[in-house]
Amino acid sequence: MLDVSLGILRRDLLLALRRRSDVATALLFFLIVASLFPLGVGAEPNQLRAIAPGVIWVAALLSSMLSLSHLFADDHADGTLEQMLLGAAPLGVVVAAKALAHWLVCGLPLVLVSPLIALQYDLPGGLHGVLALSLALGTPVLSLVGAIGAALTLGLRGGGVLLSLLVLPLYVPVLIIGAGSVEMAAAGQGGMGQLLLLGALLAVAAVFAPWASAAALRISAE
Amino acid sequence: MLEAASIDCVRQGRSLFRALSFSLAAGEALRVAGPNGCGKTSLLRILCGLLAPAAGEIRWKGSRIGELNEEYSRELVYLGHAPAVKDDLTAAENLRFACAFAGMAVLEVESAIERFGVPANTPIKRLSQGQKRRAALARLVLSSKAPLWLLDEPFVALDAPAARLVEGLVSGHLAGGGVVVYATHQEAQIPGRVISLDA
Repeated sequence: MLDVSLGILRRDLLLALRRRSDVATALLFFLIVASLFPLGVGAEPNQLRAIAPGVIWVAALLSSMLSLSHLFADDHADGTLEQMLLGAAPLGVVVAAKALAHWLVCGLPLVLVSPLIALQYDLPGGLHGVLALSLALGTPVLSLVGAIGAALTLGLRGGGVLLSLLVLPLYVPVLIIGAGSVEMAAAGQGGMGQLLLLGALLAVAAVFAPWASAAALRISAE
Repeated sequence: MLEAASIDCVRQGRSLFRALSFSLAAGEALRVAGPNGCGKTSLLRILCGLLAPAAGEIRWKGSRIGELNEEYSRELVYLGHAPAVKDDLTAAENLRFACAFAGMAVLEVESAIERFGVPANTPIKRLSQGQKRRAALARLVLSSKAPLWLLDEPFVALDAPAARLVEGLVSGHLAGGGVVVYATHQEAQIPGRVISLDA
């Protein structure tokens, strides 16, 4: 079972390496959206500091959604998905490995560049860590929950729009809690409560989301 | 070993076949024949468990396949319409990952690819359609341990030597006590029963 999940993880990372433009799209989108706001809103430091957590989190959320439709669609088109459905490991394990690969490719880079973006919004140094930590806990939830939506809309025409409509309501709590943690920390209240909540969300999503998307995949692949 | 008990197949509200029954013992081959759209692919997908039949059941060694799950998946090799190879990976990488998914030990990948005459270290997207198909079929060389082979149009896009090679692999598998169900339009030199689906 571990062999299979490691195999899928390695394959997806290798594919991402061969198709670097796809990876760059998610990161570039995040950088562009987060960089355009200070230009549009104006260089008033207090205002920038106030909107920073929300804007950065929204940019991360949209960037994660951008690549979701590819999560299973490519494997579905070339028949690899059928082989995974007939694989030696339970499908939930396969989905978990794919969601992890999605996060490593589309989520982790956002976490790593977030301090740079935080500088742009003049966030005090103490908040950089909280922002990065909230993204590190929150973006895997986006990948896991997004996998359910991607599995449900697999093979549908115009699935991209439907996918956004399906997963957005599930993304909202992550957005509120994630941005809230940075705001609370900025207000001097630590933000620990929100971070713990994000961690709880991640634990719940990691346990249930792979099985939910596995069930959805079986239906879509018929 | 493989048994289909009066299975019905309905796709998009259209009944493709009704009350289809057969059973195959070790070493037997079954060729599924019939015009386009008669349900050959659907039958193979039902046999491997990707598609649920509208009625009836499939049994493998006496147990219903729905109850066996991964145990059944490990016993079978399914070669579908889509070749299940990644365009950005090389033939060797594709084969190695295919083995990993199927839970097989990854051995002799290079020799398997060599037998099919595919460049091992060129990305699939730079190969021709036939070579891509050969790369997909190289999986069969490594799959001799899985007793059940389900092959959907294995000869499509293949030239004569490659088709002979596949026939040889299938015959060898049957001689070793395997079971093969395949759908094809081409005449193949594989002894065994034929089942005809009508449109």
